[in-house]
Amino acid sequence: MDWLLALIQAVLFMLLAPLFSGWLKWVKCLLQNRRPPPLWQPYRDLRKLFGKRPVVAETASWLFPVTPYVVFCTAALSGAIVPFFAVDLPTAAIADMIVLVGFFALGRFFLALAGMDVGTAFGGMGSSREMTIASLAEPAMLMATFTLALTASTTNISVAIDYLLDTGLALRPSFLFALGGLLLVAVAETGRIPIDNPATHLELTMIHEAMILEYSGRHLALIEWAGQIRLMLYGVLIANIFLPWGLAREFTPEALGIGAAAIATKLGVLAIVLALAETSVAKMRLFRVQEFLGFAYLLSLLGMLSHIILEV
Amino acid sequence: MTLLLAYASVVAALSSGLLALLGEHRAAWAGTARRAAGLVRTPIPANLAQAANHSRRLPHAWRRLVFALLTASGVLALAAGGLQLHAGTAVSGQLPFGLPWLQWHVRFDTLSAFFLVVLGLGVIAAGVYGPGYTRQFAGQYSFGALGLFTGLFVAGMEGVLLADDAYFFVIAWEAMTVSSYFLVAYQHEHASHRRAAFLYLLMGEVGAIAIILAFGVLAAVSHSFAFDAWRDAHVTPVWGTAAFLLALAGFGMKAGLVPLHAWLPEAHPAAPAHISGLMSGVMLKIAVYGLLRFAFDLLGDVQWYWGAIVLGLGTGSAVLGILYAVVQSDLKRLLAYSSIENMGIVFMGLGLSMVFIGKGHVQLGLTGLAAALYHVLNHSLFKNLLFLAAGSVVHQTHQHDLERMGGLIKRMPVTAGLFLLGSVAIAGLPPLNGFVSEWLTFQAALQAASVVDNGILRGMVSVAAAILAFTAAVAAACFVKLYGVAFLGQPRERRSAHAREVSHSGMLWAPGMLAGLCLLLGVLPTWALDAMRPITRQLLGETLTSASAQGWLWLTPGGVGTASYSAPLVLLAMTLAWWFLRRLEHRGPEAAVRRAPAWDCGFGGLSPRMQYTAAAFAQPVRRIFAPVWDTVETSAPETAAAHPLQVTALRYRLEIGDRSWRWLYLPLTRVVEDLARRTTRIQTGQVRIYIAYSFVTLIVLLGVVS
Repeated sequence: MDWLLALIQAVLFMLLAPLFSGWLKWVKCLLQNRRPPPLWQPYRDLRKLFGKRPVVAETASWLFPVTPYVVFCTAALSGAIVPFFAVDLPTAAIADMIVLVGFFALGRFFLALAGMDVGTAFGGMGSSREMTIASLAEPAMLMATFTLALTASTTNISVAIDYLLDTGLALRPSFLFALGGLLLVAVAETGRIPIDNPATHLELTMIHEAMILEYSGRHLALIEWAGQIRLMLYGVLIANIFLPWGLAREFTPEALGIGAAAIATKLGVLAIVLALAETSVAKMRLFRVQEFLGFAYLLSLLGMLSHIILEV
Repeated sequence: MTLLLAYASVVAALSSGLLALLGEHRAAWAGTARRAAGLVRTPIPANLAQAANHSRRLPHAWRRLVFALLTASGVLALAAGGLQLHAGTAVSGQLPFGLPWLQWHVRFDTLSAFFLVVLGLGVIAAGVYGPGYTRQFAGQYSFGALGLFTGLFVAGMEGVLLADDAYFFVIAWEAMTVSSYFLVAYQHEHASHRRAAFLYLLMGEVGAIAIILAFGVLAAVSHSFAFDAWRDAHVTPVWGTAAFLLALAGFGMKAGLVPLHAWLPEAHPAAPAHISGLMSGVMLKIAVYGLLRFAFDLLGDVQWYWGAIVLGLGTGSAVLGILYAVVQSDLKRLLAYSSIENMGIVFMGLGLSMVFIGKGHVQLGLTGLAAALYHVLNHSLFKNLLFLAAGSVVHQTHQHDLERMGGLIKRMPVTAGLFLLGSVAIAGLPPLNGFVSEWLTFQAALQAASVVDNGILRGMVSVAAAILAFTAAVAAACFVKLYGVAFLGQPRERRSAHAREVSHSGMLWAPGMLAGLCLLLGVLPTWALDAMRPITRQLLGETLTSASAQGWLWLTPGGVGTASYSAPLVLLAMTLAWWFLRRLEHRGPEAAVRRAPAWDCGFGGLSPRMQYTAAAFAQPVRRIFAPVWDTVETSAPETAAAHPLQVTALRYRLEIGDRSWRWLYLPLTRVVEDLARRTTRIQTGQVRIYIAYSFVTLIVLLGVVS
């Protein structure tokens, strides 16, 4: 029963991810005085791409068509271990926060290799920038999650959130720092403004898009979908770590219903915040990214240190 | 029984070396016969011609035999180590060598056994890989020297593991250092190799002096050279700390810790590939063994501030090693710098365990120790694999500059696949083995916050964890660069375009075996950790019970609620998801992949020169962390004579130097040279002055004696 519920949660996570990015786009369009596409536009795009025949460059090796599957599997697996609307699911024990970051890194590793596989200048440029940004963002994310781990003295996300629910509302300065750090990292890792622009195809500004420039058809669909899952995953992590209330702790229909409603509300609000941020700032130059991420890293580290100094 | 196996392994290694030497002379003799046959233009008798033919075939058979013996030595070491580890006891013995009043003491316990397993695996790989690889040296370099010093090198390392008195330990240690000097200098016509070998020998000897001084402290306290007496000796904390710091300097230099690492990135790339694998994969681990043996077993009474020092050194080595690795454009140099990073991670685990044990939390200390030992095993596997695969690449393309490679994944498919697995493992990505040991190190660091009472130390451990996270992320970038530039894209040079897969199957089997072990240790970490239990029981009297309390599926250091990771389930879920996706796809002729030229923005003429280079890939990192390196970057445009504004060519030079040279080594050499110049003043070259010196010295000595 528990395993079944965990499986349902994982599948739902996958299926609802495009909806979240559709909602984000919708809010952004309204803020920018444009006419928004329908909420389910991402699903249409995915269906269209899945139906198309993929084109692969002659210079590509076997790594190129394999990569989308690796990227998607790691993203889907990450979605399976994060508490979405219920905690204490058995899948949470398979992997903890460090493994989660490891999954992200694995997907990124292969994506960056695929970017270099075709042998064009764009791909290499994208890979180089992506890995540089990741090498700053990944530790910042780990540090932010470590703050939670130190507070709850566990690295298992589900157990840690349980601990937070048990202790109730307490103002922890370390959590404020960690929240700031994680928000900045989420913006960088999901390729949003001000770090990267998901809508651009200008040579000198591309980061993530440059890597996947050669992808098409179902390969592209898988990568796009994995990107949407990753975006929602950051949203769910931020929402459930810093505002865990509403998560279902026993598996009754009403508790699960409340959990679903709670996470939907949290994500809806988070999307509005993100859209506001994206609309109100401009994209940065590439070499200002290090300052942005250095700040994120510093915030996360301050979170850890303030926990160690103030809260033990 | 196990001790006999270990002896047999040493004997096999030595006899492989002697056999190589004999074979060489035999071949030389046959060559003389051939030359004689060639010079004397008389009809050659049939039997001499047969002998000449025979001798031409002989070296191959000899070479195979030499390496078969080396492989046998590895298998014996593996068997001895495995059996002893399983038994969990210690066996002692004496050998009829040594000083008149001190025979060589031998002790074979679980700690030696574990490192003997690491050594055995490395030696097997080298023995399987060697026959095919060393064919290129035929006729150019002496095979006898290579075989002899390889045998000595392996025997020396085994001697270090078995030694139970200071005298034998130092003899074995020196045998290891000196024989590897000859191996580094093997291709001696390159000046850079000779320089690297000399630097290696110099620093190795300085390290050995530090180790001997550390032993001297304990020998003075216990009035004996035998380790048994040292275990019972009571050392005051001050002297203990002094001895520990000396040992840390000596063993740390051998392990390549920053700032004592200068020899490593020079020496490892200079050696032949299978020797590089042995040096990085096994010899660095012998240094870890030495420190473990000295601190935990001989000194005992581990202080927490030793751990803090080790943790600091390890953290610095990890982050600087990987930052230096990521900017290298030379295949083997990059791997050498990455060894420094991985040794840093090992020492971080060691430091954490020392901090915990010094503070009296033995169970937590075991997590750190398990992480360190597991990373020792893992690093020995994947670094050896990468060095061997890199050796195959260099062997097939005749170059080790990344900027001239590319597209090898299509030309050397098996080697490229193995190298990819090694890269994923060393970048610390799940579900392979590098991730598990880094994960354990993180777990040990995270548990520090709740038990350590000293705020500064807690902060230090947290910062170390933060730096480890950064290191792991840069390692991924580093190996994306290495793999992407060398194996993917299009060949940047003709020699890379014409590369073929290695012909000798041993050159694929050896890295293949290591790759299989990487996968196995990544997916079933609980088995490996259970096998390591006897080590901690013997060293600390406790075992890490919680790590595999939930069966083989779950790795749970510190209990179920604290942290858990299930590599088998991760792999299973990934495979299932993959299979599910493949089933979902609608198959048909219209779904088949279409091949087309790469997108060239409509301009046409994509050339391999347009690809990103290794230097370009690392440029953002180089710019962000600029102060870390000694960088000299110049670009000079050349203009046409008629039109001063028309640029015809651009000369770009990039030199990345190691900061430690300017800050540490060069000042030191200046001081030494200064002192040397001052001592020349007393050397007048006149005999009567020298007689006066002797006379004064004698008088002084008489005064001291009476």
